[in-house]
Amino acid sequence: MIPVQFDYLAPASVEEALSALGQHGDDAKILAGGQSLLPVLRMRLNAPEVVIDLGGIASLRGIRDDGDAIVIGAMTTHHDVRDHALVKEHALLLSKAAAEVADSQIRHRGTFGGALAHADPAGDLGAPALALGAQFVIAGAGGTRTVEASDFFVDLFETAIGEDEILTEVRIPKHTGWGAHYEKFVRVAHQWPIVAIAATVKGSIDEARVGLTNMGSTPLRATATEQALTGATATEDGVRAAAELAAEGTNPPSDLNGAADYRQHLARVLTGRAVLKAAGV
Amino acid sequence: MTATQDRPAAEIGKDRRRKEDQRLITGRTRWTDNITLPGMLHLAMVRSPFAHATITSVDVEAAKASPNVVAVLSGKDFGDELGVCINAWPITPDQKTPGHSPMPADRAAFAGEIVAVVVARSAAEARDAAELVDVEYDEQPAVIGIKNALRDEVLAHPDLGTNKSALWVFDSAEAGTGSDVEAAIETARTDGILIEREYRQQRLIPAFMEPRSVVVDPTGEQITMWSATQIPHILRFALAATTGVPESKIRVIAPDVGGGFGGKLQTTPEEWIAWAVARRLSKPVKYTETRSESLMAAHHGRDQVQTLTLAADKEGNVTGFKVHLDADLGAYIAVVGGGVPVLGAFMFNAIYKFPSYRFECQTVLTNTTFTDAYRGAGRPEATYAIERIMDELAAEVGVDPLEIRERNWIKHEEFPFTTVAGLEYDTGNYEAATAKAKESFGYDALRAEQKERRERGDRVQLGIGVSTFTEMCGLAPSRVLGSLDYGAGGWEHASVRMLATGKVEIVTGASAHGQGHETAFSQIVADRLGVPFEDVEVLHGDTQIAHKGLDTYGSRSLVVGGEALVKAVDKVIDKAKHLAAHLLEASEDDLEYKGGRFTVAGTDQGVAIQELATAAFAAHNYPEDMEPSIDAEATYDPVNFNYPHGTHLCAMEVDTETGAVKMRKYTCCDDIGTIINPLIVAGQVHGGLVQGIAQALWEEAVHDEAGTLVSGSFVDYLLPTSADTISFDVVHTDDPSICTTNTLGTKGVGEAGTIASTPAVVNAVVDAVRHLGVSDIQMPCTPERVWRAIHAGDSDAPTPETAMPHFSEGALNQDEGAGQ
Ligand SMILES: Cc1cc2nc3c(=O)[nH]c(=O)nc-3n(C[C@H](O)[C@H](O)[C@H](O)COP(=O)(O)OP(=O)(O)OC[C@H]3O[C@@H](n4cnc5c(N)ncnc54)[C@H](O)[C@@H]3O)c2cc1C
Repeated sequence: MIPVQFDYLAPASVEEALSALGQHGDDAKILAGGQSLLPVLRMRLNAPEVVIDLGGIASLRGIRDDGDAIVIGAMTTHHDVRDHALVKEHALLLSKAAAEVADSQIRHRGTFGGALAHADPAGDLGAPALALGAQFVIAGAGGTRTVEASDFFVDLFETAIGEDEILTEVRIPKHTGWGAHYEKFVRVAHQWPIVAIAATVKGSIDEARVGLTNMGSTPLRATATEQALTGATATEDGVRAAAELAAEGTNPPSDLNGAADYRQHLARVLTGRAVLKAAGV
Repeated sequence: MTATQDRPAAEIGKDRRRKEDQRLITGRTRWTDNITLPGMLHLAMVRSPFAHATITSVDVEAAKASPNVVAVLSGKDFGDELGVCINAWPITPDQKTPGHSPMPADRAAFAGEIVAVVVARSAAEARDAAELVDVEYDEQPAVIGIKNALRDEVLAHPDLGTNKSALWVFDSAEAGTGSDVEAAIETARTDGILIEREYRQQRLIPAFMEPRSVVVDPTGEQITMWSATQIPHILRFALAATTGVPESKIRVIAPDVGGGFGGKLQTTPEEWIAWAVARRLSKPVKYTETRSESLMAAHHGRDQVQTLTLAADKEGNVTGFKVHLDADLGAYIAVVGGGVPVLGAFMFNAIYKFPSYRFECQTVLTNTTFTDAYRGAGRPEATYAIERIMDELAAEVGVDPLEIRERNWIKHEEFPFTTVAGLEYDTGNYEAATAKAKESFGYDALRAEQKERRERGDRVQLGIGVSTFTEMCGLAPSRVLGSLDYGAGGWEHASVRMLATGKVEIVTGASAHGQGHETAFSQIVADRLGVPFEDVEVLHGDTQIAHKGLDTYGSRSLVVGGEALVKAVDKVIDKAKHLAAHLLEASEDDLEYKGGRFTVAGTDQGVAIQELATAAFAAHNYPEDMEPSIDAEATYDPVNFNYPHGTHLCAMEVDTETGAVKMRKYTCCDDIGTIINPLIVAGQVHGGLVQGIAQALWEEAVHDEAGTLVSGSFVDYLLPTSADTISFDVVHTDDPSICTTNTLGTKGVGEAGTIASTPAVVNAVVDAVRHLGVSDIQMPCTPERVWRAIHAGDSDAPTPETAMPHFSEGALNQDEGAGQ
């Protein structure tokens, strides 16, 4: 299908992009990898007058070490997040989750920042980012600000990024040596998750972080499960008992792939499996 | 013919790579949407968002004022020249058939129906302007779902007075092909086994790869239509019959077509509108649908409720089978819409010797996209019902599902066999196919593993599903079609043109759209005529070149079209022989034809077929009693259907905690007679299997209560990819039962995989959890449905609904989408 006509801008720097955004306001849309935006435009669900492509801004791409955190540029592709040595070492959970996004072609186009800015509750990267306590660096006309993961995801497709702002990078506190597993439940391979569990644990088990995908209008953390796991020994029974708490406080959707109660059941079962795998049991 | 046997490198049986792959895979070819004509205009359709609504006004002014818009037309702007969409198969004389305008002026009867068309200089401008067409609707109550339709409370077409279109009945006692099924049921009720089931065939979407596209050029002496269709000849006939243009002024071309699966066996509103607009404006026009439009408005398939009663004695010998179908035709009766479920009538008895049989098919109209053929058309539905219920019988008797089948199937020495549905199966060997499949599958080892997992109470249970299918294909003997009130015949036409340079052009009335006819037909001609494979060119899909034909569907191209070709080739050889005798100054009786050469017995004199073609072209020296041509043509009307069969075995793992299912092994042993090209056959089998497996596990078109298609994109209509399937174990019987009703001994294979696989998969899933109290899971077997089925009997069943009885309305395992 053919999108409504739009103007295309390709700024060379974040400053240029911000000034273009400032000029066009809500008539403009940012284009990252286009893997969510282009379907929306082609199905004519949205018709911006201007599309601002971040693809030419080199500073938004890449992953670097920043002391107690690694920093992932917004325009880094899923493929690069999956394979990067720094990610594997300090945020293994992200590498595992990025590997589960869509298919190889999409992973080479879609970006880390684009996926998080899009904030699809079924997206695979929100729950791991939340579980790892990511910090979102957002640039606007007045400079940059940093938003904690717990404040970043506001609602379905809604984040703390303002209309005239750009997500530039995401800081992930180092979880060096933590075990991790992303358990994605789908009917066909290329599908968005019906439910997915992002689990990462230190030792076996000193600390645990569990993020839930598609269990509400934003990514969620299974805090009751996390608490029950802290200091527990990673036995099958112990983990499964803690996982029984995983659906507490969730409000999952009901759709063709499953009713809410089924999703809650899945969250409990899959949390147990994800934590056991993360702990290497 | 001896030509084939004596050539060392026989083409038949060789796994030739397909000639057409290079151009089809790279896309450097003539797809309809690739065609651009001078001055061509583009169409965009305005479609009703409502399932049922009267059209109160259509305001086109804003759209007309949009840049580069040439015209905006709605239903009231057209008269008779728009024509109508036809139903070529009224299944009963009293069938209620709603009128089907390509673009109704007064009322839309399904969501997606076209109410106006925008014509502009570019596709983008047409699309932009389409959004400016302001249609006012008065929404009417819509009827969605078969059970609602049967109630006749809300009517899809109020003027018809009912949603019930036709009731078609076959009864073996009345037909004299068997005894009375009611008597068998009564006996079984008191003194045997009676199994009553209701199965649901969900609605499917053919989802061919190339969306439908049509180009119409009215600027020449003939009006030319290019269309991504399976049926150029039927399309041409229908255009002539309904739009008042003489058939001789119409040329229809199906260029390369990217898949159809029955979904392009249609005469579509879009084609008729493009035709009318091009004629009105005297300009070439093009329309290519979007994927969203394709999913919403190209015809859907299946959609039946099957009410089944199987009667047997206590040992599991079936004494009678009664079938009642309720089939959803959607809003209109499409070209063969009503006939599709009726095709199943002859197949519910499958490979078995049932003494009595009754089949009823009630077709109903609803406010949904019209339904029609989808790969297998009628036979998958029948095969599913019988193969599922035979498993239930086995469970009831307490024997292995293969054993219950063996007790009831036709034994190989009993062929030819006339079935209770009145068909004569010429050959078959169910024992051989089953034995080979069992061995290749490792049946006994998998059964042992299943037992072990059950005993251990493993979280992952294993199930084994059986489907011993047969089907009728090679559509079709024309007289049989006539007796079923079908509007056309089932013959096929072929011609052979011997070119002056020694090359051979063959023209077929079959219309390939991905099957590989160009390769397989070249192999046949190469062998039979004794010419190199590379020298054969196959022409098809253009009514000015292939002037006669009945196109491609129903696994007919090889068994009917290939036979026509054989007959035409044989005529060429006969003519050539006469010319050869003349040139060699020998008697025809002394000539021998081998490897493309006539030789005079006992001499070294001879002449090649290519030399004869050149001699006929030069025409300097030829017999008085013949024309200077060795070209020939043939029209072949099959004498019977043919009956491929096979045994399919499937092992599925079921995660009882989540309901997730995973295929472990799939073996099929198909008996399809002579194989022309094993590679093409493997392709057909693999693709067919995946499509059938997809019905079992993934695909379902769902409408909400208002009649909106919920599964309107590939996000919600789940098509599998290679990542979702396993490597299939495809074998064939060592000694295939050669079809006796065509020269090459071939049987159809285009639909076999799809027909057989669906019940094999569902049987396996049910078998994995039968010990947990499950006897049915509705298709597609989603993890949620499997999980709920497992827990339906628990005291702490997950939700109140799931504890409801299996067949009651609204119970999860029997829901009909949200429409109930
Ligand atoms: C067939 C298919 C299957 C998919 N399956 C999955 C899946 O299984 N799991 C999954 O997680 N995802 C899936 N995706 C989505 C994919 O991950 C996308 O890449 C991702 O959601 C969006 O990233 P993008 O870079 O393509 O962003 P775009 O599509 O370019 O942008 C998405 C949105 O974010 C905004 N945006 C982008 N970058 C920024 C920024 N730096 N600052 C502010 N706003 C910004 C855009 O304006 C737009 O609104 C799938 C996509 C497709 C097409």
